[in-house]
Amino acid sequence: MSEYMKPVPLPRKYFTPTVIILGLIALVGIIFILARLIFGIGAVTNLSNQYPWGIWIGIDVAAGVALAAGGFTTAALGHIMHKEEYHLITRPALLTASLGYTFVASSVALDLGRYYYIWHPLIMWNGNSVLFEVGMCVMIYLMVLYIEFLPIVTERFIGRVNLPGFLGKFNNPIDKLLRMLDKGLNKTMFVFIIAGVVLSCLHQSSLGTLMVIAGPKMHPLWQTPILPLLFLLSAVSVGFPMVIFESVITSKSFGLKPETNILSGLGRMVAPLLFIYLSFKIGDMVIRKTFVYLTEFNTASVMFVIEIVLGIVLPLRLFMSPSIRKSPLGLSIAAFLVIFGVFLNRMNNFIVAYTPPYQFTSYFPSIGEISVTAGFIALEILLFRAFVMIFPIVSIPQAASSKTKFSVRGVR
Amino acid sequence: MTNQSRRDFLKTSALLGAGITGLSSKPAKAAPKNILDENRMGVLVDTTVCIGCRKCEWACKNAHYLPTQPLESYDDRSVFKNMRRPDDKSLTVVNEYPAKELNSFPVNVKVQCMHCDKPACVSACIVGAFSKEENGSVIWDGDKCIGCRYCMVACPFQVPAFEFEKALQPEIRKCDFCFERTKVGRMPACIEICPMEVLTYGKREDLVELAHHKISLYPEKYYNHVLGEYEVGGTSWLYLASRDFSELQFPKLGNSPAPGVSEAIQHGIFAYFIPPIALYALLGGVMWLNKNRKSEEGEQL
Repeated sequence: MSEYMKPVPLPRKYFTPTVIILGLIALVGIIFILARLIFGIGAVTNLSNQYPWGIWIGIDVAAGVALAAGGFTTAALGHIMHKEEYHLITRPALLTASLGYTFVASSVALDLGRYYYIWHPLIMWNGNSVLFEVGMCVMIYLMVLYIEFLPIVTERFIGRVNLPGFLGKFNNPIDKLLRMLDKGLNKTMFVFIIAGVVLSCLHQSSLGTLMVIAGPKMHPLWQTPILPLLFLLSAVSVGFPMVIFESVITSKSFGLKPETNILSGLGRMVAPLLFIYLSFKIGDMVIRKTFVYLTEFNTASVMFVIEIVLGIVLPLRLFMSPSIRKSPLGLSIAAFLVIFGVFLNRMNNFIVAYTPPYQFTSYFPSIGEISVTAGFIALEILLFRAFVMIFPIVSIPQAASSKTKFSVRGVR
Repeated sequence: MTNQSRRDFLKTSALLGAGITGLSSKPAKAAPKNILDENRMGVLVDTTVCIGCRKCEWACKNAHYLPTQPLESYDDRSVFKNMRRPDDKSLTVVNEYPAKELNSFPVNVKVQCMHCDKPACVSACIVGAFSKEENGSVIWDGDKCIGCRYCMVACPFQVPAFEFEKALQPEIRKCDFCFERTKVGRMPACIEICPMEVLTYGKREDLVELAHHKISLYPEKYYNHVLGEYEVGGTSWLYLASRDFSELQFPKLGNSPAPGVSEAIQHGIFAYFIPPIALYALLGGVMWLNKNRKSEEGEQL
């Protein structure tokens, strides 16, 4: 082999027309966030006593957590299964997961009536509460993700700490600290990587258990005791498509050649995973005989069919085709459909399926809610771009002589 | 090679799934505060006697220091045109359902928190702000609440209400069975004021007996069903009516406790932390094996 892949910061011009548009979307979101903090939840959202949870929980949190699953699935594949060829996608996936979970936590905080009490679950425990478990797991996992990210920071800054002005005298101590961190993490990283996968399995599934307690308030097409299993399976199946989609977009945006070989390797694993998910979903429907609800024509049945056909069956077929797996365009379309399907599934579970016994108005998200959700997504993309430019995240081909083979710290 | 990797991955993910979903259907552990007292109190609501004077609404607002119109304004019966629900400004409301036949009366139904024996809100609350008290009340602790509104998602009767318009210290509001009053030996405000004795306050056990006695005495007057005796595992508030409760807009609910399934799943996944630890050990083992295999391969090369 004449060249090696090595993650490096990608110095590019930050501002492009797309970035400016995203910046505006983020700005509008921030304005509505301020409005929510000053005037209360009622002023900005369409939530009511009938619909206590809206898209901030259904999309920002539930779909956000699911779509950040790339972090733990690639960690499992690259580090636990030790497939070295996939190491170069673990960093972008880790960054997406870290940013994703950061925004999940922010959305939760924003949705809490008393956001300043967000620390209460740390000391006030209720072991019966599914939400308590989800909250604790997400909190710990967020810490684990940050720790997993630290080696990237140390790699970037060891020997390069150069603070401006009078802060300059801290250069040496900070450098020492980074070296210490690097040494310590090098030996212990495997603990965190396994913990990350375990925590993910726990809260990805528990996120499904969350709606079980709503009982008959939830449409029977979605309300099932195996919701936790379905949530876990769908999270595992959306992990790689998310990595594929994001990798293709990143390559395009930074003018790099897409890693088609690695991505189609990932794509090969998606079909079996989707198939398992689909069989449980259909099996559950057959066992509980909920297919009778599909004969009715209403929002619930239409959304359910879209979720299954466009979100599972079609991408399953696409990922089975070798020719589609070989083309970046085919891969990204198939991956997008899986992402769309899981996104829709979370929204269906938390919003469409929720039918309170006493309904005065139906729920549709307000401009404020949509703006905040869009703003968070825009902000996440902007931060992703900034991080990719500052830190060694994306791997690009290096001349063989330039450096020894890249290895991930701690999990050699 | 790639075939191998796929099989490995599937093998592991299958194991992983089995670990996660190895749910035992062990009965859910009740939180210490949630042990049901035999002598817990309840209320029997005889909707056949209610005249819809709405004095209970007024008394409730007074007892909870909520702003209210003067008592006389409650004579206005036009409010019955629309179905109302308890909210953050009124913890109980009375609704009216028109008479079915010419010579019969409309049915008035007082609505408030049912004070379940196995409350979904108590089980759901992330910080344990809700508790089922010895005297049967399900009450909310404002010092703990973080305003996540999961109680509202969980409640099968759609009772807890939230102060959406408040930016700071919004509260979850619902009937607290006049906990502050009963603590000092006073009756709940609505029961004290009711001029028609619609509401009978007493030990829940006795009330169930009384309800069935009433039905057996006047089988032509009552629909043979005590709502709340078994619904979602039993509630402290019980209802009698002259017609099927579904005609009075009570939600159709089963007899199994609302938090039952979710607690069983939850405690299955977390049974003594064995499943998570087992999964951790399993993944650790897989990681170690793969690492060794790789380094051996490396040496051979």
